[in-house]
Order: sequence, then structure tokens, then C-alpha cells
Amino acid sequence: MPKIIYNDYQGNSKTIEVDNGLSVMEGAIQNDIPGIDADCGGAMACATCHVYVKENWFNKLPKPEDAEVDMIDMAYEPKKNSRLSCQVIVSDELDGLEVTTPEKQS
Amino acid sequence: MKKTDVIIIGAGPVGLFAVHQLGIKGLKAVVIDNLDKAGGQCIELYPDKPIYDIPAVPECTGEELTKRLIEQIKPFKTELYLNERVEEVHSEKDYWIVKTNNKQEFLAPNIIIAGGVGSFEPRKISLKECEKFEDKSVFYAVRNKDNFKNKNISIFGGGDSALDWALELSKFSKITLIHRRNEFRGAQHTLAEIRKLEQEGKVSIKTPCQIESLENEKELKSITIKYDDGKTEKIPTDVILGFFGLIMKLGPIAEWGLNMDKKTIEVNPKNFETNKKGIFAAGDICSYPGKLKLILSGFHEVALASVECFKRARPNEKYRFEFTTSSKTIQDRLGKK
Repeated sequence: MPKIIYNDYQGNSKTIEVDNGLSVMEGAIQNDIPGIDADCGGAMACATCHVYVKENWFNKLPKPEDAEVDMIDMAYEPKKNSRLSCQVIVSDELDGLEVTTPEKQS
Repeated sequence: MKKTDVIIIGAGPVGLFAVHQLGIKGLKAVVIDNLDKAGGQCIELYPDKPIYDIPAVPECTGEELTKRLIEQIKPFKTELYLNERVEEVHSEKDYWIVKTNNKQEFLAPNIIIAGGVGSFEPRKISLKECEKFEDKSVFYAVRNKDNFKNKNISIFGGGDSALDWALELSKFSKITLIHRRNEFRGAQHTLAEIRKLEQEGKVSIKTPCQIESLENEKELKSITIKYDDGKTEKIPTDVILGFFGLIMKLGPIAEWGLNMDKKTIEVNPKNFETNKKGIFAAGDICSYPGKLKLILSGFHEVALASVECFKRARPNEKYRFEFTTSSKTIQDRLGKK
């Protein structure tokens, strides 16, 4: 099972095994990772599952849809490596993916 | 104080359908919502996105669904109190009293909380210093545009609100439109008009950049923005307008003594009552084993809750289950002959 590394803004880190096919957001919610709210439940409608993807991983991920990039405009402190974790689907290729949650989601 | 049978908190699809389920049972309701229109997440988050899982409706948008629900509850002439947020809930004997931020008061034996993920509020600029200027020189909505005449206005955001207000306020103020990336997601024809104004020197557009700091004495003087490449620029600014969309906040609901599971309210799936007698929760905000956050689940939840509401509102009457196809009483209530 792929391992996903979730860091928080203070530098705490947790490595979680997440099933293929789940989103990085679902991996966090199911394992009580703090810092991801996911208010809309994964409908790409709220920008409260916003994460920063570690630079070396960012370009390896499938490109975000326009609607996701539009929604990231709404996120708290977006950066160039921002993604919505509900739109990043875990697969074997993403084993070792490292994301950092922002200080807050809203 | 207004007396009714059921106070519904939230005018999303589930709150609206609650009106129907209560109405056919002869119960009166009021609906309170913090937004300026009915529809909740359907209208605020995805008005144009198609929904494919409403039974017998193969495809409809959030806006269409809302319109149809409003049509469906028309016969009950229910009052919607919009732009109002419920602040306080307390009990008096067998009744609940609800107070809103506009000092309205409602009294009823039942409350149905169909509050989704909470009330919608504008997302704010993350820079802390902006807080103390809020409603003085930092705004997240334009209520009266006369207050924005002959100013240096810095508008943040890339959506329709940012573009529309940049265009409108440029008629009588100096506008700087600032966005974190080069692409604007708002209507492209509005953007084209603004680009034209930019060429004429009436509007400046700054991208890709974000706010870095404020400079002020007593009043806001200027802001500094930082581009992606690290360069900074100072922009004379009297007024900041931020349009970053809305965020859902649970708000005061968390303080009403209800049993909560994270941001949801625990209910008994038999009648969707919370741990407080006469307070029900339905739709995305409720939780019970197997809960799915689907509109159709919310419809089912309010149908069952409405039966319990009837028993509490009409303790001396016997509840009779009836079908809309055959009940004369229901057809009367729906205004059908």
C-alpha cells in the first residue's frame, strides 16, 4: 500500500498507508490527520482540503483541472505548489508523496 | 416574538423540503438562513454544476433544483428570513426560543437544523493587520457603492465579484486589481473590458502577486504586494476589497449543548432528533451510523423528522400517515382541487 507523508505547518509529520484509489484527503480524514477540513466532502467546492505538495512531487502529479486551480484561489494562503487533496488520487506511483497542511484552512 | 410549529435553520435543499413535509402534515414553519437567497450549497457552491442523483430527475443544476423546491413549497406560503444568522437557542417549558443576529425572535416546539456545514461567511485576507481595518478600510462586500467614490481601491481576487466590482467602481475611483495568478476565472468579457480600461490607464492589473503588508498611520495609506519572483511594489490604497469566495463556518451551533461528532450533530436515525427533545438535525450536518452526505438522504431525514415534529406540535391529535395521491386533506393543503 502506498505511503503518504502528511506534515503540518509546525513540522510534525505522520506517515500513513493509504489504499490505492482513495484521495489524499480521504487518507487524512480516515486516519484523523488534523489540518484538513474537507467541508464539502470532496466535491471540489470549498478549498478546505488545501495542501502544499513537496516541490519534487508537484510536477509528478497529474495536472489539476481548471476548476481545481480556480478553487485554489479561494484557499488560505495559496502557493505555487498548492493542490486540493481531494483531487489527488493515491496510486503506487505516488508511494512516498509528501504534503504539508497550511496553518489553517479558513 | 413570532410563534410557529417548526423553526427551520438553513434554506438549502433539505431545509426547503422540510417545509413541504411539514406543510402536508398541516404544520407551519419559518426558515432562517444567513445567505441572501435560498438554496444553500446548491446555489452558493455549484449553481451551474449538474447533479445526477436526484431520484427521477436524471440531471439538474443546483440552481434548477432550488427553483423546483421553492415551486414545490409555494402552497405553504412559508416565510423565509434571509440574511439572518441564528445566534442563540434556549428552552422555555416545552418550547424553544431562537434569536437571530438581527434581534428577531421565534418560538416553537420544534427546531430542524438543516445547516449543511454551517453558515457561509466571506473568506478573509490572511494578513493579520487587515483585521483592525475591517469595515473601515477593508471590506469583503460592497453594500453601498457611494462609500467607494474618489478613492484608491485595491481589489483582490480573480472571480466574478472581483471583476464586476473593478469595472463598476472604476467609473469613479482608481482601481488596482490584484490576483495571485495571471488567469482570472471570472467572465472573460468582463475581463476584456477591464483590460481595455487598463490600456486607457484607468485600471491597473497586478499579477501574479499577493498582499505582503499594509502601511498606515491612523488610516490606511498604502499596501505592499509581492510578486511570485520576489519583487515587491507599493500601491497607494485607501480601501481594500477582498473577494475570495465564501467559507462555511459552523458558528454558534456548536454552543447549543448538542452532542457533536467533529462538525456534525449526532441524531437518532429513527426520527433524526438530537440529544435535545424537539431539536432535530437533517442533511449534511447530521451524523448517524451509515450517514451519507447526499441530498436524497436529507430528504428522507426531514420526512421522518416531520412526523416527530407533528407529535410535539399537536400533542392532542393522532398522527395519521397519508399519501399525497389519495389524501383529500393533503391535496387541500397543496391547493389542489
